[in-house]
Amino acid sequence: MPTVELTYREALRRALREEMARDENVYMMGEDIAIYGGAFGVSLGLLEEFGPERIKDTPLSESVIVGAALGSALTGMRPVAEIMFMDFITIGMDQLINQAAKIHYMYGGKACVPMVLRTPGGSGTGAAAQHSQSLEGLLCHIPGLKVVMPSCPYDALGLLKSSIRDNNPVVFVEHKLLYSGRELVPEKEYLVPLGKSEVKREGTDLTLVALSVMVVRALKAADKLAQEGISVEIIDPRTLVPLDLEAIINSVKKTHRLLIVHEACKRGGFGAEILSQVEESDAFDYLDVPIRRLAGSNIPIPYSPGLEKGAVPQEDDILGAARKLVG
Amino acid sequence: MTLNKNDLIRMYKQMLTIRRFEEKVAEFLSQGTIHGTGHLYIGEEAIAVGACRAIENEDYITSTHRGHGHCIAKGADLNKMMSELLGKETGYCRGKGGSMHIADVETGNLGANGVVGGGIPIACGAGITIKMKKLKRVVLCFFGDGAVNQGVFHESLNLASVWDLPVVFICENNFYAMSTATKIAFKIKDLSLRAASYGMPGVKVDGNDVLKIYEEVIEAASRAREDKGPTFIVCDSYRWKGHSRSDAERYRTKKEVMEWKKRCPIERFKKYLLDKRYLTREMTEQIEWEVNLSIQEAVDFAQKSPFPSLKTLEQDVYAN
Repeated sequence: MPTVELTYREALRRALREEMARDENVYMMGEDIAIYGGAFGVSLGLLEEFGPERIKDTPLSESVIVGAALGSALTGMRPVAEIMFMDFITIGMDQLINQAAKIHYMYGGKACVPMVLRTPGGSGTGAAAQHSQSLEGLLCHIPGLKVVMPSCPYDALGLLKSSIRDNNPVVFVEHKLLYSGRELVPEKEYLVPLGKSEVKREGTDLTLVALSVMVVRALKAADKLAQEGISVEIIDPRTLVPLDLEAIINSVKKTHRLLIVHEACKRGGFGAEILSQVEESDAFDYLDVPIRRLAGSNIPIPYSPGLEKGAVPQEDDILGAARKLVG
Repeated sequence: MTLNKNDLIRMYKQMLTIRRFEEKVAEFLSQGTIHGTGHLYIGEEAIAVGACRAIENEDYITSTHRGHGHCIAKGADLNKMMSELLGKETGYCRGKGGSMHIADVETGNLGANGVVGGGIPIACGAGITIKMKKLKRVVLCFFGDGAVNQGVFHESLNLASVWDLPVVFICENNFYAMSTATKIAFKIKDLSLRAASYGMPGVKVDGNDVLKIYEEVIEAASRAREDKGPTFIVCDSYRWKGHSRSDAERYRTKKEVMEWKKRCPIERFKKYLLDKRYLTREMTEQIEWEVNLSIQEAVDFAQKSPFPSLKTLEQDVYAN
């Protein structure tokens, strides 16, 4: 199968390009996405290709970006709205949570809102507390929203295409530190379905469920752990809602140990949800030790580099937590 | 577009239908037959009817928590409306939405809204669809004076203006956002002045004059259809009833309410039609009878309809 090397950023761009070429109802809007190409360059070049009607630069107005995406989705379009930083979804929260998420149910299943909200989350760029949050936990709490968090170019491409074709509001959470990561992906068109996790590395001693950039750190840690004789199985849920719990359960039944790693604050984070769901499943009987969570500190993301790194799990933290769980 | 005699009579009948429908809802609210809350449109009928008469079936509206009048004016089925209010399976939202969420997207009613100002950006989105699909349609976006102080009002009117979206923003100024008087919440006296800062026309109109509203919306809608952008129309009117079921109305005087009742939009239009000899006393009685019958039929239909099964509880959270 012919492949091509793409960055995560390029993979997202290819997904957008393919879906816009495929369906004239797909269009993009957001702040500085047109001539600037988006704050992280994802949509660079699409203005030239698709024109200003379909690559719309908006005023700095997150509420109406989300609400107008909703309104156009409700009337037959498939908008992809970009919110420049995940922190800013809070500005459009009424339209996302009270409106978009609820319309299908509230209207008795008689209308749907096929929209995608792309937004980069996460820390590591020195942008501090208002540009570094991982707010996916807030969104997963809301019935009616789907939440997608790809960790690599292959998934970013296939999942974005599936998200655009989905008939629900999908929040598509990218990660700033992943944009330049490279990977070979098929030249031929492909999709990655929502609600399907992937085993990123097979192992026998410990199941490690990691989200977004933590998958990359977990893979590195797993290489080192392998040298110590610890075999780690890494599962990337890829979509948090819907969650492919089955894959996690099956892995836990095999390894008897579960470590969950995410960047978001530990308190109320999605790791607590995964932990609970596994405990409530028949996998509980297979556990040799209690499930552990490794997650961000319950603090705003600080600025100074050392503090910023210390606020969220790093490779060493994953190594430590894994050793403790297996030892 | 000039309205002929039959159009005018239809408008009168529609205003009366809203009034009688809301009176029935008021009765059900006080009896507890409707278990949620309800926000009644009594006194403001001219706005919905005048505005919706000015658009076509395929055009869109977005509505508010006080939305029954907009639904009826957009041509909603009274049976399905009443069923929804009674929480029945046969309601517009199969009993899942209630008063504040009645919608019928297929006929262009994009929905009432429980959040003040919540529908304004949604109207912009429908405007984007119209423009991108070159549909030559228009969106009427209804909201109250309270919404004019929401942030989305600003974001949405600005976006609609810079993108020339085919939206007519219609503020139903009934002078109170729940209990908060406009004179407390606004430094300006004429809310239509806000339009100037968005570079769009702002118009103030007597919200109890159904024909004047019709004329203003016709003009605004034709501008919108010609790609000349949005308009902001402020209709001054008054809600006769409290904000919702539980309003003790401590913020206004009985005298003020009585003054506004003297300016009843329906009586005023009826007088106009009688003076013009478009209507006779006999005809008004006939219309009254027909309207009452349609409300009674809706009540019967709703009361005979089943409640939704618990099996539907977790259905339709996500679309396929």
